[in-house]
Amino acid sequence: MSATDLNDGLGEGSASTIVDTVWTEETSWLDRVPRAVSMLALFLAFLAVWQVVTMLGIISPIIMPTPAEVGRDLVTVALNLLAGDYMLGAMWITAKEVFFGFAIAITVGFSLGVLVGETSFGERAVMPYLVAIDTMPKIAFAPLFVAWLGFDIASKVALAAFIATFPIIVGTAAGLHAADTNARMLFKTMGASRWQTLVKLKLPTGLPHFFTGLKIGSVGVMAGAITGEFLGGGKGFGELIRVAASMLDTPRVFSLILYLSLIGLALFAFVNWVQRHFVFWHKARVAQSD
Amino acid sequence: MNTAAAALTKLPSHRDVVYELRSVSKTFALRRIQALDKVDLRLERGSFSSVIGSSGCGKSTLLKIMAGLQSPSSGSVVLAGTPVMGTRRDIGMMFQHATLFPWRTTLENIVLPIEIRDGKHAARAKHEDARRLLELVGLKGFENVYPNELSGGMAQRAAICRMLITEPEVLLLDEPFSALDELSRDFMNMELQRICMAREATAFLVTHSIPEAVILSDTVYVMRPRPGRVVEEVPIDLPRPRTLDMITTPRFGALVEHIRSRLDKEAL
Ligand SMILES: Nc1ncnc2c1ncn2[C@@H]1O[C@H](COP(=O)(O)OP(=O)(O)O)[C@@H](O)[C@H]1O
Ligand SMILES: [Mg+2]
Repeated sequence: MSATDLNDGLGEGSASTIVDTVWTEETSWLDRVPRAVSMLALFLAFLAVWQVVTMLGIISPIIMPTPAEVGRDLVTVALNLLAGDYMLGAMWITAKEVFFGFAIAITVGFSLGVLVGETSFGERAVMPYLVAIDTMPKIAFAPLFVAWLGFDIASKVALAAFIATFPIIVGTAAGLHAADTNARMLFKTMGASRWQTLVKLKLPTGLPHFFTGLKIGSVGVMAGAITGEFLGGGKGFGELIRVAASMLDTPRVFSLILYLSLIGLALFAFVNWVQRHFVFWHKARVAQSD
Repeated sequence: MNTAAAALTKLPSHRDVVYELRSVSKTFALRRIQALDKVDLRLERGSFSSVIGSSGCGKSTLLKIMAGLQSPSSGSVVLAGTPVMGTRRDIGMMFQHATLFPWRTTLENIVLPIEIRDGKHAARAKHEDARRLLELVGLKGFENVYPNELSGGMAQRAAICRMLITEPEVLLLDEPFSALDELSRDFMNMELQRICMAREATAFLVTHSIPEAVILSDTVYVMRPRPGRVVEEVPIDLPRPRTLDMITTPRFGALVEHIRSRLDKEAL
């Protein structure tokens, strides 16, 4: 209404020429493909290339099985798992190692993280040692753990925990430093004790960092458990993979790895779920800044 | 009842002094910066004072020393008859950023000082007071909203409630509304005046806006930097309650001009 008035006032052109100037920014067609479709297409393309390369005999079938072979073996392994056969037992053992390793890593990592992040003794005296140990290739400790704890599950739990502890320490300590000066000053003016400042300010502020540490740790704990099984034997999934590989049964190796990654995926998804539940405000803030 | 004595106590010159700073100096050991040089201040009960100065002239340092967050290098700070050595319960503070905690609802944020001081149980008992305060600042209905959903002005209003929940003797305000846009800022300043008058609170405001200092204060302290010192105490004789219309009066303009001239000399 007012737009036409204005237009008439200018005494130029007719009111009927006004068109909605609705327009959209141009995006490439590739970016407009729905995510599920592009992911599936990429996966199929990958399978096709794999199939072609193996069929043409460019790579020896002993080194690289065809996707079809792997697919067949995936079914075999799935049947074994579902039947509750020895493979399920192996998966259970590995899952236990991962679970206990992660539990220990969280407990030790959180405690050391608080020590390092909250006390200047921890920061100045303990941290340098932790950094030094962290830079060592932790997998090299595997034979020691086997020597100390034997070929049973304990040595694998120890290696898994050992690897996963450090990112959790770092995440916790970084989180304790995340509260800004304003918030600290505010707590000081309210007369908060050190404990209150820790529990009501620093820990909640640091939760996102802590969970980042947990996620990195959850990846490390898997690597630790499997490495432990490769080097220390036992009856876990890693042992199944090692045996299959030694018999040059590569399709089996592939399908075992895929099923193994389910444990890792479940762990990661669980941490993610807990984070979203506990750090609900962080997600909201990210959404707002979009 | 002695009416003469009652009348006397109402006279401004006979109001008692709540805050007294004597020759407060502060030198930061690091790089030997002298932030404050022999600052003297006397705040009367129920008065509103502002300190104005360019940024970096030591305003926040002064406020932190008054709040007991920092120790002066020399000089004395006395609040309500007792020396300030460390943070105190009878002080309420507000900063440029609202600093509400996103994991607490607005109501939980407001009762946080009580929770820290007297525990969760006492905090819950204060929920009713907190609701009344929210109503006072126009945030009724936002009790259970998380701070992420509040605008900047709303967050600062919630921060005001949090400051008031402990019923502090003095309010120390460090550029509380300087992050807000001008419209909200004017509005918040008028709200602040209303709240201070209603509670007869003693307020001390740090600002670098001359009109803001003039419209709110009974006294404006002009500070100059390097080293930070109070160069003039300007009494503001505009009637109360102040309104935004006063900004266009000649008296207001004259006061602003005067303060600006005192500040400008140091800009060189
Ligand atoms: N903790 C500190 N250590 C060293 N110098 C500081 C510290 N805090 C403030 N200063 C210095 O003191 C001066 C006054 O700072 P501040 O009180 O924050 O000024 P304002 O609030 O007026 O902008 C500045 O030069 C600043 O760099
Ligand atoms: Mg400042």
